[in-house]
Amino acid sequence: MHTVSPEHSEFNAQLADFARLIRRDSLEMIHRARSSHLGSCFSIAELLAVLYGRILRIDPQCPDWPDRDRFILSKGHACAALYSALATKEFFPRSWLDNFYQNGSKLPGHATHSVPGVEISTGSLGHGLSIACGMALAAKINAQPFRVFVLLSDGECDEGSVWEAILLAAHHRLDNLVAIIDYNKIQSLGGNREVLDLAPFPEKWRACRWSVREVDGHNLNEIEEALRRVPFNSGAPSCLIANTVKGRGVSFMENRLLWHYRAPDDEEFSRALAELSAK
Amino acid sequence: MRSAFIKSLTALAAADERIMLLTGDLGFGVVESFAERFPQRFINVGVAEQNMTGVAAGLALSGKTVFTYSIGNFPTLRCLEQIRNDVCYHNADVKIVSVGGGFAYGPLGASHHATEDIAIIRALPNMTVVAPGDPLETQKATAAVAEQPGPAYLRLGRAGEPPVHTGECDFSIGKAIQLMDGGDITLISTGGMLHDTVAAAGILERHGIHVRVLSMHTIRPLDEEAVLAAAHETSAILTIEEHSIVGGLGGAIAEVLAERADGPVAFKRLGLPSQFTSIVGTQRFLKDAYSLSAAGIAEAAVKILAAAPLTVDSCTA
Repeated sequence: MHTVSPEHSEFNAQLADFARLIRRDSLEMIHRARSSHLGSCFSIAELLAVLYGRILRIDPQCPDWPDRDRFILSKGHACAALYSALATKEFFPRSWLDNFYQNGSKLPGHATHSVPGVEISTGSLGHGLSIACGMALAAKINAQPFRVFVLLSDGECDEGSVWEAILLAAHHRLDNLVAIIDYNKIQSLGGNREVLDLAPFPEKWRACRWSVREVDGHNLNEIEEALRRVPFNSGAPSCLIANTVKGRGVSFMENRLLWHYRAPDDEEFSRALAELSAK
Repeated sequence: MRSAFIKSLTALAAADERIMLLTGDLGFGVVESFAERFPQRFINVGVAEQNMTGVAAGLALSGKTVFTYSIGNFPTLRCLEQIRNDVCYHNADVKIVSVGGGFAYGPLGASHHATEDIAIIRALPNMTVVAPGDPLETQKATAAVAEQPGPAYLRLGRAGEPPVHTGECDFSIGKAIQLMDGGDITLISTGGMLHDTVAAAGILERHGIHVRVLSMHTIRPLDEEAVLAAAHETSAILTIEEHSIVGGLGGAIAEVLAERADGPVAFKRLGLPSQFTSIVGTQRFLKDAYSLSAAGIAEAAVKILAAAPLTVDSCTA
């Protein structure tokens, strides 16, 4: 168990380094592969660092441990960031990251369960929360201690299936279930407000009888403090709305829809790497 | 068939505590016996088939054997991508049960006609597709899919299907059951068409046409050897299904014949044209309208034999 308080600066510096590594890896992987979704990886770097650094009860030596916490990346397109976190936790060799998304790779372009540490394959939005509900129900039925964390995108909450699952989780009082929303306010073809307005977003979850907290999704202390307190209320599922910035960490990528799609060219890659290395 | 199913499932659940039943708010008068006996293992997820299927996958990947239950196209087409990605891709131990295959909900209209489900579901990797022919096959199919790990689709009729098997039947997944043998033509039936098919065989026999009857309760994996034996040993094959002729039983058998049969065999798919029916009526009325009756099957058999490459003496009727 951790013996150092979260306020300890050196301790948090490790976590900041983890988040920075997730961004660097994602940048390098997506640049090499000429693939997409860099902005989506950058917006969840701190969330993954806190989850894999502090919160999830997992054992990389025993990925199938029955009482492990489950984590589902429902926004499976941000898998480069997840693969980086898993490689850092030594679920598989870091060398696997080198040919992410490329011919013959072990790492496909959406989160895939053939990869050690990836609980569930995703890629089509709106699936993860239902599966998470099933896992949380199983834990209740079996009286197992594990928790289920699922990370959704905001655009994903357009899917009707998400709201079916929201109703079920509250009805069954799944307080071992935590939905984390990467609320970066940008989806595939525009801002949430232009495409399909989610507001008032926290109120919608509350109205569905979830206990809701909001944090700055790039503030490691705030994220950790919140996730250490799940369930926020016993008898209710927990929703952590993480206010994030798409493309966070590289000035010319922040809040730009373009970086949902674009793979950085060599010049952009160098500038981005310099910015990430300076922090 | 639905009562044979729930009776069988309830008995199985008594012996296997992993078994759970999820319903999308349907099954009035059917699911209660299970729900009352195993309240912890029964979940009505509400009118939400996508979520039902995802929840089932999550439960299955946590050690449960999960049956999802609804009617018509709701547990299949409504949540097709959850079946593909969540259930099949993860090879999750989820059994999808649909009551009301074909025209079982005839007068309720096209929304309730499950007439493309076999074609669509059998295209999915890791999936087993079973459409039992009578209550006894239903009981055995339920046990068989529960025992076999991984995804399965159990396509049932509704209620009141007459028993076809009089004694025991030797049921195993992927193995056709031969009910009659004869050398002129093979009638291959799936699902609830079995009763009419056996009746048609009786008509044909009375006209001197010797008939092999196969209950092809499993469409995937298909009993290819039984199909090839029929092609080799009888002059013609007629497939019979309460389903579109596109991609269902007839389609699956055509694939085998086209690629693997040694010589020519007269072949015909009897089923529904790829159309939404404009006819209003009961299951019996609608089946009759599309020749899915004993007389219709017998007539189709005679026609195909008349065109068979190896005409046999006995088929002049």
